[in-house]
Amino acid sequence: MLKDTVNINGKAKADYTYDAIVIGSGISGGWAAKELTEKGLKTIMLERGRNYEHLKDYKTATKDPWEFEHRGSITQAQAKQHPIIARNWGAQEQIIDKWANDVDSPYTEVKPFNWWRAYQLGGRSQLWGRQSYRWSDHDFEANAKDGWAIDWPIRYADLAPWYDYVEKFAGISGSRDGLEQLPDGHYLPPMQMNVVEKDVARRIKEKYKGSRHMIIGRTANLTQAIPGRTACQFRNRCWEGCPFGGYFSTQSSTLPAAVATGNLTVRPFSIVTKIIYDKNTQKATGVEVLDAETNQTYEYHAKIVFVNASALNSAWVLMNSATDVWQGGLGSSSGELGHNVMDHHYNLGASGMINGFEDKYVYGRRANGIYIPRFTNLFGDKRDYLRGFGYQGSANREDWSRDVAEMQFGAGYKEALVEPGQWSIGITGFGELLPYHENKISLDKSKKDKWGLPVLAMDAELKENEQKMRVDIISEAKAMLESSGVKNVKTWNNGHHVGDGIHEMGTARMGRDPKTSVLNGHNQVWDAKNVFVTDGASMTSSACQNPSLTYMALTARAADYAVKELKKGNI
Amino acid sequence: MNRRDAIGRVALLMGGTIIGAEFFLSGCKTTSNKVEDLFGTEDVSFFNEVGDVIIPETNTPGAKATNVGGFMAIMVRDCYKPEDQKIFLTAKNNIDKAAQKQFDKDFLACDMKQRTAVLNTLDTEQKEYNKHKDKKAPNHYFRMVKELTLLGYFTSKPGCTQALRYVAIPGKFEGDVPYKKGDRAWATR
Repeated sequence: MLKDTVNINGKAKADYTYDAIVIGSGISGGWAAKELTEKGLKTIMLERGRNYEHLKDYKTATKDPWEFEHRGSITQAQAKQHPIIARNWGAQEQIIDKWANDVDSPYTEVKPFNWWRAYQLGGRSQLWGRQSYRWSDHDFEANAKDGWAIDWPIRYADLAPWYDYVEKFAGISGSRDGLEQLPDGHYLPPMQMNVVEKDVARRIKEKYKGSRHMIIGRTANLTQAIPGRTACQFRNRCWEGCPFGGYFSTQSSTLPAAVATGNLTVRPFSIVTKIIYDKNTQKATGVEVLDAETNQTYEYHAKIVFVNASALNSAWVLMNSATDVWQGGLGSSSGELGHNVMDHHYNLGASGMINGFEDKYVYGRRANGIYIPRFTNLFGDKRDYLRGFGYQGSANREDWSRDVAEMQFGAGYKEALVEPGQWSIGITGFGELLPYHENKISLDKSKKDKWGLPVLAMDAELKENEQKMRVDIISEAKAMLESSGVKNVKTWNNGHHVGDGIHEMGTARMGRDPKTSVLNGHNQVWDAKNVFVTDGASMTSSACQNPSLTYMALTARAADYAVKELKKGNI
Repeated sequence: MNRRDAIGRVALLMGGTIIGAEFFLSGCKTTSNKVEDLFGTEDVSFFNEVGDVIIPETNTPGAKATNVGGFMAIMVRDCYKPEDQKIFLTAKNNIDKAAQKQFDKDFLACDMKQRTAVLNTLDTEQKEYNKHKDKKAPNHYFRMVKELTLLGYFTSKPGCTQALRYVAIPGKFEGDVPYKKGDRAWATR
């Protein structure tokens, strides 16, 4: 499938020259490669990690539970290679090898920061949670209305056709709910709520008189087959890689499309160390690549560079580029490169038990849950903080891991555990994190990674607005569940280190003014018009919806613009 | 289990997470290659007997039939932190001591009724201990034994396919299907 996994020696310079370079192969990099190649550009996609082939490399995906030696736990030896991931739930036997080796690629925590990285072809598109929500003008206008940070240079109308475009290709299942704060899209049939979720949804609607909603999650899982891909089989093992191509990943979706054009070259083990910048033309001429296996350095040249290395690494590449012109790197003239780090803060919510429905159960494993869209600071609601949050969750019958009251073990205990227990429901908040200039990443030149490259220093935290919101997230979760008939509601708040939401954003933000932003309204670097950053780095605010669908739409839109500009001779 | 499931299942086992399966931040020693380095075959069969008291054979296989003792050895060797390994390695002696105290003989010399009584005492003790346990305080050896028995059994092939119900490829999701008492729970979700 991969045309060129490097055959460099003795080739003429032409072999290092393409029309476009895409740095990164995750969700946004895959989209950039697809769009640029389909528009006829000879494109090289550079991935810092190993090659990772669709189907062939999904080595655990068809194993049964008992075939995992540690039944899902990671070993101490694995934990040693993944000390960051081992802090949290991502450390599981099935997918531990899909996370970057934290020892090879360290970073500095000025403040605690959990960075979840996947360094192989496809990046985190392999592992993502697949929740796919549109943002609305309540999000794009938020900064302007609140007088906070800077205004987004685009509005929903700019992105709406691109949301349509990417949803149709990626395959998003969901319901059309007619909510202004969560615009409907182009959806495959929704997955079902289970019987208890339906009941709770009905009660919430009644209690809050239609001002709050519990809907089925909108997810990048196919509820119907689309060309080249089989429908979701409800195994709920997406992140091991789907043997059916049932969810959107680079491998299942954008990569085959890009490969089919005949215009794509993929080069794994390619760490882009800098973008090469020409002072005279004020454009990039290409990139410098460090081969992660051989430690050799190569240069690739192109007319356009798309930076899709993930929010923090995209900023890292820019910081290392054109430092002879700008000490802080390409895009730093605004003073905002690396600043305004955002995430979604979570690790808190509520759960409880539901009486009744003992005669009901489910069939199949739904790789999706329910979603409660934002309701605070909207439509006349006013809180003592800015913005808002959504909840994700699900209802289930308890399994064997529950405690059985009054029984300690033995035959009766066993017979109780082999039946499903009571229904429970849990919801967890995902809150908006405001952009703060002082929440930043920077280069720590005193520390080097395995390849001798300077690492990032993370200096970001939740502030007063988020802490106030967290109090509200918990009290609203409790109130909503209790008013829906849920019993023994318990709340939790485990605190949130920035990065833990796996939704890093904002380090090279879009804006209307080169003095206060790194990118313009088409994701072009103000200081180098043929360089486009279309991943999470480009976000001007974080909203509270999962962001990947927006990265897809921004990428497709920017690629369209880039090729038009190229044809006009403007870049 | 992915993020959603992790969120949905805040408590994985009896009100907590599996011992040793989280926060491996401490330095780790190199793992040994053989189960025997940590557990002799004698120990494996000892824990198979203990496991069979916790999950006995009924109309479906018990824990011993899934070699839960062997599973414990693998988990303790590979996944437990050194301090938890040390605690686990006291389990056999402690169980024998408890049996001696109650019945004047080793655990394996006890009959099923006596074994149940011994483990009941220890289970009550671990429940009481965990009720007041500080997060950082040492784990209780019998809780480890019980957790590993349950995990090992219910994720084993007989556990999944005979005690519980398992479908590798469901093909669809239905959120409202009839359930009647006695129907087995799904092995995975």
